Amino acid sequence: MIETSDKPRIEFTPERLERAKELLTHYPEGRQKSALLPLLHLLQEQEGWTPTEGMDYIAELLGIQPIEVYEVATFYTMYHLEPVGKHVIEYCRTGPCMIMGGEEVYAHLKQKIGAQDGETSADQLFTIKPVECLAACGWGPCFQIREKYYTHLTIEKVDEIIDELRK
Amino acid sequence: MTSERPKILTDKTHIPGIETFDVYRKNGGYSAVEKALKTMTPDEVVEEVKKSGVRGRGGAGFPMGMKWSFLAKPEGVPRYLVCNGDESEPGTFKDHWLMKTIPHLLIEGMIVSSYALGANTSYIYVRGELMYVVRILEKAIAEAKAAGFLGKNILGSGYDLELYVQPGGGAYICGEETALLESLEGKRGNPRNKPPFPAVKGLYQCPTVVNNVESIATTSWIVNNGGDAYAAIGIGRSTGTKLISASGHLKKPGVYEIPLGLPVQEFIYSDEWCGGIRDGHHLKAVVAGGSSVPILPAAMLLKTASGEDRLMSYESLSDGGFATGTMMGSGGFIAMDETACVVKNTWNFSRFYHHESCGQCSPCREGTGWMEKVLHRIEHGHGSMHDIDLLVDVAKKIEGNTICPLGDAAAWPVASAIRHFRDEFEWHITHPQEATRPGAIFKGHMELV
Ligand SMILES: Cc1cc2nc3c(=O)[nH]c(=O)nc-3n(C[C@H](O)[C@H](O)[C@H](O)COP(=O)(O)O)c2cc1C
Ligand code: SF4
Ligand code: FES
Repeated sequence: MIETSDKPRIEFTPERLERAKELLTHYPEGRQKSALLPLLHLLQEQEGWTPTEGMDYIAELLGIQPIEVYEVATFYTMYHLEPVGKHVIEYCRTGPCMIMGGEEVYAHLKQKIGAQDGETSADQLFTIKPVECLAACGWGPCFQIREKYYTHLTIEKVDEIIDELRK
Repeated sequence: MTSERPKILTDKTHIPGIETFDVYRKNGGYSAVEKALKTMTPDEVVEEVKKSGVRGRGGAGFPMGMKWSFLAKPEGVPRYLVCNGDESEPGTFKDHWLMKTIPHLLIEGMIVSSYALGANTSYIYVRGELMYVVRILEKAIAEAKAAGFLGKNILGSGYDLELYVQPGGGAYICGEETALLESLEGKRGNPRNKPPFPAVKGLYQCPTVVNNVESIATTSWIVNNGGDAYAAIGIGRSTGTKLISASGHLKKPGVYEIPLGLPVQEFIYSDEWCGGIRDGHHLKAVVAGGSSVPILPAAMLLKTASGEDRLMSYESLSDGGFATGTMMGSGGFIAMDETACVVKNTWNFSRFYHHESCGQCSPCREGTGWMEKVLHRIEHGHGSMHDIDLLVDVAKKIEGNTICPLGDAAAWPVASAIRHFRDEFEWHITHPQEATRPGAIFKGHMELV
């Protein structure tokens, strides 16, 4: 984090900057820090993860110290603090999904893409990330890729989804 | 039979296109906003909600009208209504379903509730993983605003309301109301010490009400039909209906709106609801109210200690205290047949709580880690009999000794699993090879139903 100065600066695209500005209007005067979580999502939507340079840029937009952004980004589980593959597969490892056969399905998933928990596949296409309950327990096992939920997973369904994403 | 069931939240959810403003409006939507803003004072709305007896649906079951009446109203200080859509309690997915299926029901409820509380800015905090639901809500809010139900001078009443959706960043603890407010202020989700309560110092240190999605969604019906009509549904102090998230080894898992007081037996086995346990299997255990509540063996869930049919109500589910009862919680109903391993499930939940502990209090931070480790050991065949007592001891030391209820929520599943399934834990210790074989099933003396 110290040698950030020689890294290229990251800024929002003009459209995203518009959205960022709109977000800031959601909160009372002087409470713009409230936009921090949504802005981190916006950064991740743009960059695929939350690089330090992007967090520094958000700190500038909000007029707060970079450390205030880092300490928040590290508290929450959704922000990727390291570069990730093109598709991050966040699978639910919590009880209800497990008793519905999650273990077998996820074991197959990891074998198919050739990466274990926290790893990225050699082709940089997939990163595997175990997460906790996604509020879809009755439709489990399930995983999420970006904003999309994939539910009622079976080994066959996993094959179809991954084959499709590889195309 | 089915048609006679009261439907307060799900009467329109089957209608194609109900997620759009036009269809929702054509089917009577937003009539509660018209009624409240044009014919009722804010206090009259609060009064109806009080009369309804509706209890908070986020887990604690605190009477909603009473909570509203605690809201401080100092002159010149804004008040806030914040809707809790963090829904991260394992086993619970009803708010997710409701928001994506009929977003305008929540928005309509937010408008009448904000009016009742005198809030001019309100937020719906939604767990960040549900970003697609955030977008559904944002679209619905834009539609409602374009139709004059949000913004300045709504329906010419002089009442102004801006409504925003705020995504979380992934953290179960942000479902706890003070952690949620911290998060909404752009900070880490560390629960605050109480008092002061949010009703006095909440969002931005201003008086704030935090209510669950389902709680707020009921208010339109209450405004339209009156608090007495709501209170006529249900049983005793469990008035109205409740959304139940049914998961696990059921024939028909899903979200159901039940009248409170429905027999548990009927909920599980009737074709009108879950349709029974999947073919060829038998019910072993149920976690009836989300991962935080005590697990019960099937027989104990279906009948209370005095031999009466147990009902889906706050009182009946907790009948017998923790010795033989459990809790309604958030209504996350997780059914397990004989193939489910109670030790493994308890370990899984312990890992969850350890992972989600914010780390502020040492009994929670250390205790959840310890329980996870010991349970992992037992589950993998390396436990000792002493470990079982150790778990009971650690759970006791966490309970009641933390800033927020996550500590209790972590302790109860462990304590109850040992209370009711001790023989299964012992079997893992005395027969490690058998117990750790893939697909191993404990065939102890437990009564299956
Ligand atoms: C660890 C923890 C997690 C919680 N998660 C949620 C949640 O996801 N949704 C919710 O409505 N309430 C949750 N609650 C309860 C809230 O603190 C609060 O009581 C509730 O939002 C109040 O709304 P209600 O009275 O309408 O239920 C949680 C509480 C704790 C201790
Ligand atoms: S009980 Fe646990 S989650 Fe709650 S404040 Fe303490 S450490 Fe944080
Ligand atoms: S346990 Fe997997 S979504 Fe809830």
